Parts: sequence; structure tokens; C-alpha cells
Amino acid sequence: MDSSFFFGLSTMAYILAMIIYITYIAFKKNQIGILATTVTIIGFVSQTLAITLRWKEFADFIGMGFIRSAPLTNLYESLVFFVWCLILGYLIIEFKFKNRSFGAFITPIAGLALAFIDISGMSKEIQPLVPALQSNWLLAHVVMSFIGYAAFALSFSTGLMYLIMTTEKRNGSSYIFWTLTFGIFLIVLISMGIDFLKFHVVVKPEIFIKSYMFKTSFLNPSSVVKAISWITAIIIFFIIWRYGHILKTVIEKFNITPEMLDEITYKSIAVGFPIFTLGGLILGAIWADQAWGVYWSWDPKETWSLITWFIYAFYLHSRMIRGWRGKKVAIVSVIGFMAVIFTYLGVNLLLSGLHSYGSA
Amino acid sequence: MEEVKNNKITDKIWDFFASVKLAIIIFALIAITSIIGTIIEQRAEPAKNIEVLTKLFGESLAPGLYTIFEKLGFMDMYRSWWFIALLVLFSVNIVICSLERLPRIWKLVKEPIGPMSEEQLKKFPIKRELILKGKIDKVRETITGAIKASGFKNYKENKEEKSLQFFAQKGNYSRLGVYLTHFSILIILAGAILGMSLGFKGYLNLPEGARSNVAFSYNGKEIPLGFNIRCDNFDVEFYGRSDMPKEYRSWLTIIENGREVLQKSIVVNDPLTYKGVTFYQSSYGLITENFNRGIFILRIVSGDSQISNLNLRAGDTFQIPGTSISGKIIDFSPALKIDRHGHAFTYANQMNNPAVYIDFSESGKQLLSGWILKRHPETWQLPGGHRVEFLDYWGVEFTGLQVRKDPGVWVVYLGCIAMSAGLFIAFFMSHRKIWVKAIEEKNNTRLLIGAFSNKSSVAYERKIDRLVSVINKRQEGGK
Ligand code: HEM
Repeated sequence: MDSSFFFGLSTMAYILAMIIYITYIAFKKNQIGILATTVTIIGFVSQTLAITLRWKEFADFIGMGFIRSAPLTNLYESLVFFVWCLILGYLIIEFKFKNRSFGAFITPIAGLALAFIDISGMSKEIQPLVPALQSNWLLAHVVMSFIGYAAFALSFSTGLMYLIMTTEKRNGSSYIFWTLTFGIFLIVLISMGIDFLKFHVVVKPEIFIKSYMFKTSFLNPSSVVKAISWITAIIIFFIIWRYGHILKTVIEKFNITPEMLDEITYKSIAVGFPIFTLGGLILGAIWADQAWGVYWSWDPKETWSLITWFIYAFYLHSRMIRGWRGKKVAIVSVIGFMAVIFTYLGVNLLLSGLHSYGSA
Repeated sequence: MEEVKNNKITDKIWDFFASVKLAIIIFALIAITSIIGTIIEQRAEPAKNIEVLTKLFGESLAPGLYTIFEKLGFMDMYRSWWFIALLVLFSVNIVICSLERLPRIWKLVKEPIGPMSEEQLKKFPIKRELILKGKIDKVRETITGAIKASGFKNYKENKEEKSLQFFAQKGNYSRLGVYLTHFSILIILAGAILGMSLGFKGYLNLPEGARSNVAFSYNGKEIPLGFNIRCDNFDVEFYGRSDMPKEYRSWLTIIENGREVLQKSIVVNDPLTYKGVTFYQSSYGLITENFNRGIFILRIVSGDSQISNLNLRAGDTFQIPGTSISGKIIDFSPALKIDRHGHAFTYANQMNNPAVYIDFSESGKQLLSGWILKRHPETWQLPGGHRVEFLDYWGVEFTGLQVRKDPGVWVVYLGCIAMSAGLFIAFFMSHRKIWVKAIEEKNNTRLLIGAFSNKSSVAYERKIDRLVSVINKRQEGGK
């Protein structure tokens, strides 16, 4: 049994767990909840095995020692690790707060992300490391960054849920903010899904985003399709905006209070911030210093990490100002995670396309 | 948060700089303006950024925008006067804010705690009450044991009428974690300034065999090193048969006052430092003008295992030891490839696949000729069991070194350590206080517990519950 077997197993487990969590919310039976947790743990254990096995396969392949061979060298592998951290974080929250309702939110993210990785054929592709990446600092940097990102992802989902629960008026700015955010996420996911179905591409993600992303919809050569895509997007926005309160009633069923969501948002950021500071910024700087003799060069990736860091510093300090607690800081936590995603994906994919130095 | 309003203008300025509001405004400003420098390529050729602006705003607007943006310093924005001003404002904010708050916090850290009355204890956010069997003297050990077990080593004791009170605090200094974090930012900025004013950044392209006592700054100026550095050799190792480099390695020697004082081979991620100047492996390349003047390093092994090591130049001839076979070096390619029709050609301007073309003859008679490739030992084999090992073509490559002197880097690292420690303390430690009042009632003792933590009371509450259960357990065990 190789790593891909266990990857498949964990993907299925997460999707199954999602279904069981939803059933649990509907029927509120304790046994169902325990089953959901068990299936999630099975998924987690097999994913751990999968990562370990892949690590070993990679180590055998490049022959550079175990530490250097951590499977964290490309976008897909780091996505797998991110999912792993996310599930770990979720399980911790489930045990600490004795509340299973978030499972219905987290397991689909995990399942979908792994399924996405699977269709795009990443697990077979092993790339050797170029010299600059052969560094133990880099490994610590990547691992800790992703633990930080996972904590931020949790704060994002609880922050968003907080907004969904506490906003009433459709023309209130917080309501419009969350429906827009939610809509953009949904639309990007859907259009990327269509791209995948249309092109069946099995290429590196960098190439996918440059040459295929949105080509079926927003960037379609035909202006009719383009127009239809935009109109559909606007309709989706409208529907979310018009019927957003349904989501609110759904979340209210989970017996979560806004105060609890606010606390989890803060706690996740309180864990994520120091880890991201040390792992993302400091270890990244040490690595750059070892490799090139510059600990800070203001390159777009570094700068975006710093922007992310300032947004979370903003979050932590704005909580201390009267009148900011509640919706305003929840919005900041959502924006923070958008910056995380941009740091991770946008910098490589959008900004490097703008500059002719390109694919690096 | 806000203090009593002061009216003097100096006080107003002070309050302005001490406010957290200013802090979050600065966070937002730094975050938002920083985006500009990730879109506009910094310190680039104007043409590049005009192209970027054309993509974003169209052909007609781009040149005008470029002029405006250049005036605003966007082309090198992290060094522009307004960005520096923002950082200065940020530092002033941290300093004043800390000065404003530190005295009060220091008092909280140093302040001893005293006994509490029953009414006061009942108002605590975390409070517990329980009855123990037996008089105070009997349960005393149980209580102090439990307090010690929950980590409060230095508890104090206060005798009151018909009651006894214990109280303790720990983690006082954790209140300073936030200030350590804030201070560390100043340390890091100071380290950066130190590095910029006393250090330099440059590069040096050093051919194999050459030495230099200067490096070059990025605008081409010479920077004296104070010693000589020599590149003895440079080599690239690849993954298997691919052109994907696995390792670049330079063998360097430091020469000072005519003496070789240090030798080290460096790779990416493992630099060499001498007298504060650090050399990083960063690139490599071919020296085209030396192309035909390099030295072929060959090892000839004859069929009966006689070995000779040779250093030759193009056009030289050599003998296979113990035979009358001689070879003549005819041609060289840094990156040889054979196309579908069997023609050899050079596919890259790097030493990706060095190959030497040798004519072999025996007593003047042409024997055979062909390419011998450094990376393909199967081409080393000749008929008759002889072998020509092509080890290197030396003297035609240069190693590209980044050269840096930064006396501030240790200050920056110190700041990073302080920041990590500060954040860890700020988020994962807390200042905790506990009071346990034992009141004698007939033959029993009523315990009143009050506890306070400056953060995360959930975790502390659990800890207090554990303390209560320890007391209960000991009491049962003691009977
Ligand atoms: C990027 C720079 C900064 C970082 C990383 C930072 C970090 C922190 C952290 C981690 C906390 C603890 C928050 C919590 O426990 O929830 C904190 C608290 C605080 N920060 Fe900052 N900070 C920064 C800049 C500033 C500035 C410029 C000010 C100036 C006013 C400031 C004022 C405060 C204050 C007043 C507190 C509360 C202290 C207390 O609870 O006693 N911070 N900061």
C-alpha cells in the first residue's frame, strides 16, 4: 500500500464525515456525533500515514536524507499539509469546546481540497529540490507557516459565521461584506471546477492558473460566454445577498453562540499569530539570510507576509478599542485570511504574471 | 482605555502618540501602501514598469502615471521618505505608548498581594466554596499541599481571627511579554539601520583560479575587502541524467598578507564568513573569452591498470601509458547533445554536459575519434580495456558570489528572538492570583477560594477545579 492509497482513504473519510456531521446536526443524536468524530479521526490517521509514506518515497527518490525530503516542495503538497493542520486544529477545538457543529464546515473543505488534488494528478509527481530549497530552515519555515495558516483559516470560518449570525439588515455594510466574501469564494470555486471539467488538465498548478483558470468562464474568448459568466456571477451574488438569512437560521441550529465564535476567532489568531511570526516571518528571513545573505528584500512574497502580519496585528489591537469588538473585528479576521490566501497563491500566480520575470 | 482628558497642547500630542488608535491607523497605512511595491517592480528599469502600468491602466495613461508614481517614490517605495516617515511614526508610537503604560504595568508586576475579606472573595470572577471535615490545623497540610501542587510555590499565610488565609501569585512577569514584543520591533529596526549604515551588499564573479581583493556594489563601485579571496574550483552536480542542478559548489581560499588563512567549499545555504564579510554561492557561468584556454583534467587508465593524471590544453597530445596509443584534444563542448540524426551540437551556454573530442592514433595511424563526456562514464571506455576519464575542464567557469557585510544582523536576530519570546509569553502565559481562606466552623472548615487571571480565565478555572478536587481527594485519603 503506497501513499496514494491512504490519500484516497482519507479523502473518502472526510467526505463521509461531512455527511455524518450534517446528519448529526439534523438529528442531534450523540452516537451519530461520535461516529462523525471517529470517521474524521480515521481520515486524519490515514492522511498522516499518507504524508509519512510520501515523505519516505521522496527521501528514497532524491537521496538527501529524511529531513531534507519533507513533502512540502510544491503547491499541492503544501495544500495537503494545510488540510492536515486544519483537521488537527478542528479536532482540538472539538475536544476543547465540546462542540461538533463546526465539523460540518471543516470536513467538506478538507475533503474537497484533497479530491481536487487527486483529480489534478499531483500525488504521482515528485520533483527534486533545487539547491536554494535544500535547507532545514526552509522546512521549519514551511511547516510553521502552514500551522499558522490553518489557525487563520479557522478564525476565518468562525469570523465569517459570526458575521452571518449577527447581521440583520440586508443593506448593512457587514451583511454586504460577508455575502460578497462568500459569493467570491463560491464563484471562484465553481468556475475553477468548470475549468477542470472542461480541460481535464493535469498540469502544475502554476501553469493551470496561468493558462487555464477562468478560461471557460470569465476569460473565455467568446464575449457571449464572458457576458453570461458575469451575469451568472451577479445572479449568484444576488441570491446569496437576498437569501443569506437562511444560512443564519442554519447556523443558529448548531447551538453556537456569537460569543463563542468570537472567542474561537480570537483564540485561533492568538495561536496563529505567534506561530506565523516565528515560522512565517522570522524563519523565512533566516533562510533567506543563509541562502542569499539578505534577510529582508521586500520581494512581493515577503511583503505580502508582512501585510498579512499587520492585518492580524490590527485585529489584536483593534479589539482593545471601544466600539470595535464584534462585527468590526470579525471583518478584520476575514480580511486577514484573504491576505493569507493572496500571500500563498496570488503572489505567485497574479503578480508574477504581471512581471516579466515570471515563473519564479 | 482613555485617560482623563488633558488640555495642554503637549499633553494632547503625547496622548496622540500614546494611543492604540494611532497604532491601528499606522498598521493599516503600512499594509495598504506596501501593496504598491508588490505591483510595481522595485528599482527596476523604467521600461518594465511602464509595461506593468500599460497592462493595468492602458497605453494612454501609462507614461503619465509613471511620471506621477516616480515623483511619489513608488519605484523604490520602501526607501522613500514617506514610507520611512511611517516607520518612524510607528516607532515613536511604540515608544510613547510603552512609556505611558509601563509604570502602571510595572506596579502590577511588583505589587505584593494581601489578604481579602470574605465579601471581596465572593466577588471574584472565579470562586469556589467547600466544606472540609476537621479543624483548620487538621486540614492545613492538605490545603498548602494542593496550593503548591498547582504551581504556586511561594504562598503567604495570614492569621485572622478564627480563620487562616493563604494567598499567592505567579507569572507576574508575563505581563511584560507584550512590552518585550513591542521593544523587539525597535531592536529589529535598529539592527536594520546598523546594517545599512555600517555594512555593504555586493557581488563578485570569480573565475576558477582567479583571486580578488574587492567586491562590487550593485551600481558597479569597487568595495575593498581587506584580504584576497581565490576560487580554486567550481562544480555543479546534477540530479541523475537531468539538467536539474542538485548542488553548486565553490572551493574558496582566503589569502591575507600572502598567507592562506582559510579554506572552505561553499554551497547554497552554507556560506563562508571571514572578518565579518560573508560569501554566498549565488550563481555561476562560463567565461567565453577563456573558452579555449581551459585545462582538461584527465585520468588515463591503461588496460593493465597503469594510471596517469594529466592536465592538458586544447591541441595537446598525450600517451596511454604502456602503449603506443596517443590521443589529441580536438574540440570541446560545454553542453553536448546528439540529435536524432546523430549530429552533435551544443545546447546550452553552461557546463551542463561537458564533452571533449579526442582523436586517437597508434604510431601515426588514425585509430578512432569521438566525444568523451564528463557526466557519462560509459563514454570513457576505449577498445582494448583502456579508459580515459574526463574529470573536469578547469578555468572556464566563474562562480557568482554574493558578498555581504552586515554588523547589524546579530542585532536583528536578537530582536527576532526577543519577539518570539515576547509573543510566546504574551499569548501563552498569564498572571495568576489565588486566595484560599479557611474559616473554622464548629468541627469543620469552610474553604473559600478566589482566583484571578489577567487572561484566558477558562483554562485557569479548570486549574482551580483541579485544585479543589485534589483537596477533596486528600481529605478522603487522610481519614
Ligand atoms: C507590528 C507591531 C506590533 C505588534 C506585533 C504588536 C503585538 C502586540 C501583541 C501580540 C499584543 C498582545 C495582544 C493580546 O494579548 O491580545 C499587543 C498588545 C498591545 N499593543 Fe501592540 N504590537 C505592535 C505595535 C503596537 C503599537 C505601535 C502600539 C502603540 C500604541 C501598540 C500598543 C499595544 C497595547 C497598548 C497593547 C495592550 C497592552 C496590554 O494589554 O497591557 N502595539 N501588541
